[in-house]
Amino acid sequence: MAEGIRDKVVILGMGCTKFGERWEASPEDLAVEAFIECLEDAQIAKKDIQAAWLGSHIDEINIGKGGNFLGAALKLPYIPVTRTENFCASGTEAFRGACYGVASGAYDIAIAQGVEKLKDTGYGGLPDSPAFGQYQAMFGPNATAPGLFAQLATGYSAKYNVPMDKIKEAIAHISWKSHQNGVNNPRAHLRKAIPIEQIMGAPMIAYPLGLFDCCGVSDGSACAIVTTPEIAKKIKPDAEQVKVKALQIAVSSGAETYYTEWDGAGMVTTQKASQRAYDEAGIKNPREEISMMEVHDCFSITEFCTMEDLHISAPGTAADDILAGFYDLDGQIPCQPDGGLKCFGHPIGASGLRMLFEMYNQLLGRWPEERQVKNPKYGLTHNLGGVPNQNVCSIAIVGKD
Amino acid sequence: MVGVRSYGGYIPRYRLNRMVIFGSMGWLNPANIMSAQGEKAVANFDEDSVTMAVSAAMDCVDGMDRSDLDGVYFASTTSSYKERLAANLIAGALGTSESIRTADFAGGLKSGTTALLAALDAAAAGTAKNVVVAAADCRLAKMASPQELMFGDGAAALLVSDKDVIAEYKGCFSTGHDFVDHMRGAEAKYDRQWEERWIRDVGFGQFIPEAIAGLCEKTGTQISDYSKVIYPCYYGGARKAINKKLGLAPEQVQDNMQAIVGDTGSAQSLTMFVAALEQAQPGDKLMLISYGSGCDALAFEVTDAIKKMPKRRGIAGSLARRADLDNYVKYLTWREMVPVELGLRGEENKWTRWSLMWREHKSVLGFVGTKCTACGTQQFPPQRICVHPECGVVDQSEPVYLADKGGNIFSFTSDMLAATINPPAIYGAVNINGGGKYILDFTDCTLDDIKVGGPVDFSFRVKYRDRARDITNYFWKAVPATEEA
Repeated sequence: MAEGIRDKVVILGMGCTKFGERWEASPEDLAVEAFIECLEDAQIAKKDIQAAWLGSHIDEINIGKGGNFLGAALKLPYIPVTRTENFCASGTEAFRGACYGVASGAYDIAIAQGVEKLKDTGYGGLPDSPAFGQYQAMFGPNATAPGLFAQLATGYSAKYNVPMDKIKEAIAHISWKSHQNGVNNPRAHLRKAIPIEQIMGAPMIAYPLGLFDCCGVSDGSACAIVTTPEIAKKIKPDAEQVKVKALQIAVSSGAETYYTEWDGAGMVTTQKASQRAYDEAGIKNPREEISMMEVHDCFSITEFCTMEDLHISAPGTAADDILAGFYDLDGQIPCQPDGGLKCFGHPIGASGLRMLFEMYNQLLGRWPEERQVKNPKYGLTHNLGGVPNQNVCSIAIVGKD
Repeated sequence: MVGVRSYGGYIPRYRLNRMVIFGSMGWLNPANIMSAQGEKAVANFDEDSVTMAVSAAMDCVDGMDRSDLDGVYFASTTSSYKERLAANLIAGALGTSESIRTADFAGGLKSGTTALLAALDAAAAGTAKNVVVAAADCRLAKMASPQELMFGDGAAALLVSDKDVIAEYKGCFSTGHDFVDHMRGAEAKYDRQWEERWIRDVGFGQFIPEAIAGLCEKTGTQISDYSKVIYPCYYGGARKAINKKLGLAPEQVQDNMQAIVGDTGSAQSLTMFVAALEQAQPGDKLMLISYGSGCDALAFEVTDAIKKMPKRRGIAGSLARRADLDNYVKYLTWREMVPVELGLRGEENKWTRWSLMWREHKSVLGFVGTKCTACGTQQFPPQRICVHPECGVVDQSEPVYLADKGGNIFSFTSDMLAATINPPAIYGAVNINGGGKYILDFTDCTLDDIKVGGPVDFSFRVKYRDRARDITNYFWKAVPATEEA
């Protein structure tokens, strides 16, 4: 009987670059910047790392394929480096690989690093790559990510009979809240509070999503060094431990795309992966037990639907919780305390690890008072890669004993 | 009995008022004011001769068993390919068998009737029993040219058969003249014409009466026997002169739709013929004459079967489905006549892998999915393993043709980020009638036309154009039902 990952792995150290339009920085620069911080935090030497996992998505533009990029950039001494690519879950996949490597007993210490440099594309939004293969050009719509996610709004509105105006108001609150949180975060790309009126009145990108309903595009890297609780105790005898409580991935079965049952009002993968994660972590009531979250707000409507998909807001009530401030920094479950993808942008392979970086530091109480979540126990991270009807969801829960 | 068994028509939804063109370009050629009345039909940005021919042909064979079709002929002087038989694209879109005779007719504007004659001859000879003849043109004329005002876009289709004939074929007369009133060289994008007085007096003025006389002599008929005489001529004055010369009564003259469509080239006489059939009564004699590099003249007699033919959208239905294109530069952009900036996203490559395309050609051309023989679930694209969560059987399905099923809107958006010459890109998920769901581009609509649950039809459209390799590829889009203007 499988036992799951709960309490078998400890995050020993983490690093994270400043995210943004890093015109001056190559992918190598970004990787080194996060790695040096991570190594110092972990209080180990490079030679102690026995295996590495590298998360990246759009390999053609930045780092190329395979694991060689990381080996060469960090001068890792001929250890295994495995590249993970699974859309926006790529970074969390790298973390999962490292955790499983340690939990299996194959390695004592492993590193997971996500790196992505998008700003050499030359245009806004994600690169127009055939993410679903050549069939996309032949069969698929002339679509972009905002347009594909935007349809959640029409689907949700139709299913729950929630007027589009109310959805628009709630998603504006989501973006407003994330911008508020990003202001105080020196690593965030966008650090400006945006008035709700400006969000509501912004130019339309893909109906009903306006400019501020879309996350930015940026460059960045984040990494984590993981080990077992026993080894962590030896390296940092007095430190509080941030343990991995759950790691789950769910991938669409094809039913949302090709079968007619899916409601188009949320992500089935998130619904499945989060339930499995709560079971793995021993969480009975996520609304009461989860202390804080970093979720995949590629678009405000994604965060909106995710609040229900995570079984925290009841079906049909996300707008009410959001507008009541339930997910604000001073609400019951702060969501995106670091500013989220909204303020960090979305260097795809790095995002999952950037979210874990925020949860890890919050759990250790390391942030200044104005953005420190009070007494957190469990932090949840969530990535959603692909498109609403065909995607991968990753959930990680980390926490203190 | 051999003749026409069914008809279909297609005039694109967008209409450009000729004064809008003249308002932009009249300064360069003020004499064009003479032709600047009425409006012309304009293919949408994702339409061309092939897609319009498919739309007309789909209308023509609506509700019919596609396995009965054993020929598809396409006539056009503006096919998207010199080599790649457009008739095969049309046959694929119609969902015919591939054991079928396909041919493209081109080179002159009389190619539409020449294709029709080839189909009639095959039916008469017994070598084919049901041949679809589809004609379409989308000719380009230079800015400020007279042709820019004269030409319009459109298509017509006829099903030629030896049974259930609504208009019996009674005979023909043809001429071939190397009379170069209009021409395009092998690499030319735009039409070039010789002096209009010569075209009017020698071209239409002599060749049309010559063809009519030839047909009457050959068939032993008089022009007064015909209830409609259908011939193209975009010069109003010349038409009056010809009608007078032939002694035609006003009710015998079939309108050429110059005021509302424009001259549709290879499709011109056939769109007029379809419009005539829409009004025809049993016993009517129709004379069909084409013009361009010579003439074909054909005689038909309408049968009682026309009363039983199911209603078609046809030309009349297409004309009623209209929207103004009030922007001349948008027209130029759609026809790729002016360079426009689509941003760096618009520079990304669209690769066509022909081996992959062949493997999937039935899905691409005919919107063919699968239907599970175990649980009945319809799905697109074809799946080896049934997508029904409770079923999941392997390789137990049969192909199912979805292009004529239509559907309803499940979700939608309007995307300003996607690179397109017709922003915003409107698309959404569509529940296909009978089962299956797919995200399709929407076309011939605005955001205001769309709501969740609203009905859509499917329309064969240009999916993308790869100008670096001169490739045009096609797929089906959703056309939401709209309030007609």
